[in-house]
Formats: sequence, structure tokens, C-alpha cells
Amino acid sequence: MNLEDYKGIYVFIEQREGVIQNVALELLGQARKLADELNDKVYAMFLGHNIADQAQSLIARGADEVIVVDAPELTEYTTEPYTQAICQIIEDRKPESMLIGATTLGRDLGPRVSARVETGLTADCTKIEVGANKELLMTRPAFGGNLMATIVCKNHRPQMGTVRPGVLFAMDADENRTGEVVNYEVKFNTAKFKVKLIETVKEDTDLIDITEAKILVSGGRGIGNEEGFKAMDGLAQTLEAEVSASRAMVDAGYIGHERQVGQTGKTVRPDLYFAFGISGAIQHVAGMEESDLIIAVNKDKDAPIFQVADLGIVGDAKQIIKKLTERLEK
Amino acid sequence: MKIVVCIKQVPDTTEIKIDPKTGTLIRDGVPSIMNPDDKSGLEMALQLKDEKGAHVTVITMGPPQADLILREAYAMGVDRAIHLTDRKFAGADTLATSHALAGALRKIDFDLLITGRQAIDGDTAQVGPQIAEHLDLPQVSYLEDLKFDGEKTFTMKRHIEEGYQMLEVEAPCVVTVLSSANNPRYMNVGGIVDAYQKEVEVWGFNEIEVDEKNLGLKGSPTSVHKAFARGLKPAGELYEVETDEAVGIIIKKLKEKFILN
Repeated sequence: MNLEDYKGIYVFIEQREGVIQNVALELLGQARKLADELNDKVYAMFLGHNIADQAQSLIARGADEVIVVDAPELTEYTTEPYTQAICQIIEDRKPESMLIGATTLGRDLGPRVSARVETGLTADCTKIEVGANKELLMTRPAFGGNLMATIVCKNHRPQMGTVRPGVLFAMDADENRTGEVVNYEVKFNTAKFKVKLIETVKEDTDLIDITEAKILVSGGRGIGNEEGFKAMDGLAQTLEAEVSASRAMVDAGYIGHERQVGQTGKTVRPDLYFAFGISGAIQHVAGMEESDLIIAVNKDKDAPIFQVADLGIVGDAKQIIKKLTERLEK
Repeated sequence: MKIVVCIKQVPDTTEIKIDPKTGTLIRDGVPSIMNPDDKSGLEMALQLKDEKGAHVTVITMGPPQADLILREAYAMGVDRAIHLTDRKFAGADTLATSHALAGALRKIDFDLLITGRQAIDGDTAQVGPQIAEHLDLPQVSYLEDLKFDGEKTFTMKRHIEEGYQMLEVEAPCVVTVLSSANNPRYMNVGGIVDAYQKEVEVWGFNEIEVDEKNLGLKGSPTSVHKAFARGLKPAGELYEVETDEAVGIIIKKLKEKFILN
């Protein structure tokens, strides 16, 4: 492998039912910064069916070239057709690096592609920088968020990484940016399409994305039970906030997984994060410590959550929620 | 039906603490456990065994002490246990790990290969799909449930952000299972005693079918450039006061930050 032959930062543009996902725009924003530093270009890989009319919008978000692969086989995601399309682009274009959103889709696609082209993949990066030899330094949490590790992929290309939604920043749309949209045709080996999608079922989760919320009212063990969550709901409504929770509360069934904050849930950075009755295990903290303002309430004055809180209150979370809601409603 | 389950021994990361003075990990006394997603994968296999009479093999790659989780798997009810261990495997990243496991799996006949979605020490979720690729088998990741028609076809429920997908795949195939899929059974008492009588097959490089250049440190495209404990930010204000006063302090803070008018 001659590393000199590999150029460009390629971003996988995840869309669902034709809607470009925020994480794709966040990756484009990051790729733009890296490309400017490396004097390189950003390529958006836009896969799907009947999606081409949105390609131009990706240029405004940082792409220099949008590679559109429009095929009926790519209407809904399954592993093999998407892997074949991405691998054909890699073979053809020889990307220096490739970024994918660490969603349930990206974390299915990424490893399959990396194994097919035999290259390194760094999962769930929280930071991507340019190293001394122009290689990418990808930093990610390990040991349940207890340790940070910076990973390099020295002798293989592309250098692949996945990044969780909400970690990086999209750039504002700049309609003055110019770039190219090209249609790219993939030759599929349909004999390898062995997984059949029967249906996609949306569950009634209000389709809330806690990573988009400006204010989160989050609860842990100290909230106790259903009644405690009801009180949190009340406070959230008063503040026009969303409710989220630590893993313990999700495991106990009080709240759905889509509202879990932390290492195995979502990474959030709202303007305000309330941590009620959350002790602050490192797995939880890893998912919320970048919030602008953190207010924590916990009975235990030694709870680790107070180490990341801007304002800590030692006290009964349930009492404080109740009183705070009353005062705010006035 | 023949099922193979890949399991991994991991430190219980919820028990790891950081020394607040030095910022380093305190690893002493941290228990080793069977990775939770893997354990649910194993439970799924054992349920298929209960219902359909499947033969279940577990395999792990790891140092000698990983024998413990194979004994645990015996006590839960598996039929065969294989311990993959060799110095040639050491220092492997996910890709090199997947090559070693695929090399062993080429030697075993199966209809269904189950792995956990991810291990709690690395959280990468890569090894399952990478094994599937090396073996040229279809994969379904983030599995919540699975039904077998008794012939050839699996109906799978895959978790996604907005709900789930129903998928159909024929054997042989690879799935990666979420710990939320089920509640793994406990070891049974007779099983615990028997577990130590049973044979764990120990396989090294010579027992498997893989190109040596894909293994261990030299088969790993990624390497750790540096590792460090996350920095602790300076502590904020902390108050231990009556509820009314505490609420007042919170409201004052929200006004200060222009969240409230």
C-alpha cells in the first residue's frame, strides 16, 4: 500500500427515509476543519434512492464534492448493499480517511467495511486532530469512559473512525460555497444480499432526540420510582425541557433507552443539565460533562457528580424538584 | 441446530474508580466478569437449546484466567467450550482479534454464530461484524430477539434509534446481541460442580486456519498513540442548605445564566 496514493476526507452521509441525519452534518463540519488544516478536500458519500435533490445542501455544509449513489437497492439500509457501495468507492477513489456516524447504522456498516478493505477503524471518537505526520489522531473513551485513548492507523488507508451524534459541531450552511455533485454508479453483487428487510417499525417514543434538547432534566436512583419521574416530567414541562435518565433508571424500566445519557446511551451537551439523584458514575459523566451548565442535586455530599457540577446541592432531589416546579410555575 | 457463542472476559468497568489525587485508574480489586452483551447472547443460545434442542459451543480468546467464564458457561448449560490462547494473538486490535476468532470458527460447523454487540472494556461493537465479513456470512447487529422456523430461516428483531426492524436471514449467519434482549439464567448448583469436571479445549495458532500475518500486534492496523485519564474539571459551588434556600440558589443561577428572565 502506497500511502501517497490516498487523498481526501470522505464522510458517510447517513439519511433515513431521505432525511439527512444531523450527525452527518456534524461530521462534515469536522471534516471541513481537518481538510483546511491538511490542505485537502471533503467528499460527501450520499447513498440512498431518490435523494439527489438534497446533494447541493451538503456543499453548503462543507463538502467540496458530493458523490451521489442513487439506487433502489439502497432505499433502506441493510448491511451488504451499503458495504458494497462504500467499498467500491474506496477501491476507486482511495480515500485518506473516512468518517461515519456512530449510530446503530454506522456501527453496523463501519466494521463490515473496515474488515472488507482490511483497515483500522476507531469507534466512537470524541475528538479528531491532525498529528505531526499529517495522520489523524482519534481520541475515544475506553474502559467504560475511565480512560481516554488516542488511536492512530499508521500503515493502512483509509483511516476510519465513527463519531457519536452530538459530539462534533456542524458548520452553519454557507450558500456561497461551491462544489461539485457527481453521480456514481455501483455494480452490485446481488448474490450476496442475504438479509431481507421485512419492515421498519417506529415505536411511540415521541421521536424525541435528547441530543437536540436545550435543557435536560435527568434523573437517577435518587428519584426512586414512577412518581419521581412524574415530578421530573412536571419540572421539564415548566422549563420546556426534555426528561432523560441514567442507565439504572432505564434498566429498571422507568424510562426508554432512547432517553439514556452516558457511555452506553447518548452523549448530550445541552445549555443546562439537571442531574437529580444521579451519583455520577464515570459512564454517565462521559455522556454529559460537556454540558454548558450542570446543576446536580444529591443526598450524598461525596457523590462524584459534584466533581463535574457547576452548582451542587446536597439534599433530597424529590423535594427540590417539587419546590422548584412550584416556584417556577408562579 | 448448531450454535457457537463468542464470549469475552472483561473487567467490570462499573467497579473501576479513578484516584482523585493522581487521576489514574484504580484497577486493584476490580472483578472480572463475562461481558454482559455476550452473556445475553449465550442465554439466547441456551433458550434455543431448551426449545429446539440445539448444540451450543462457547469460544473465548484471552489469557489463561479466561478459563473461568468458560466454566461459568458450562454451569449455565453449554455443551462444549473452547479456549483460544496463544502468544501470537497478543496485542491484537479488533481486526486482528476478529481474524483469530474467524480462524477458529472455520474449524467449527455451525448454523448460527452469536456474539455480544460490544464488550464493556472497549465498547467498539466491531468484532462481531468483522468475523462475519471474514467468514463471508450475513450479519444482523443490535439483536433484541430471534425466532427460528425449525428449518432454515431466522426472523430477527434489530434495535434501531427510532424503534426496530424485522429482518429475515437464512442459516448460517452471524448476530450480535444486546444485553437488554433477555435476563441470563444463573448457573445451576449441579452445573457448577460439573463445570470443573468438563473439558475445556485449548486451541492455539496451530489448531486454527488463519494467515499469521493477520494476527496479534503485527496484524493490527490501529495502535494506541497515547492513553490518559480524563482531566478533572475544577469543582463548582456546593451547598448543603434547606430546600427553600437551595431552590432559591438554583433560580438565582438560572437567572445569572439567562435561562430564566
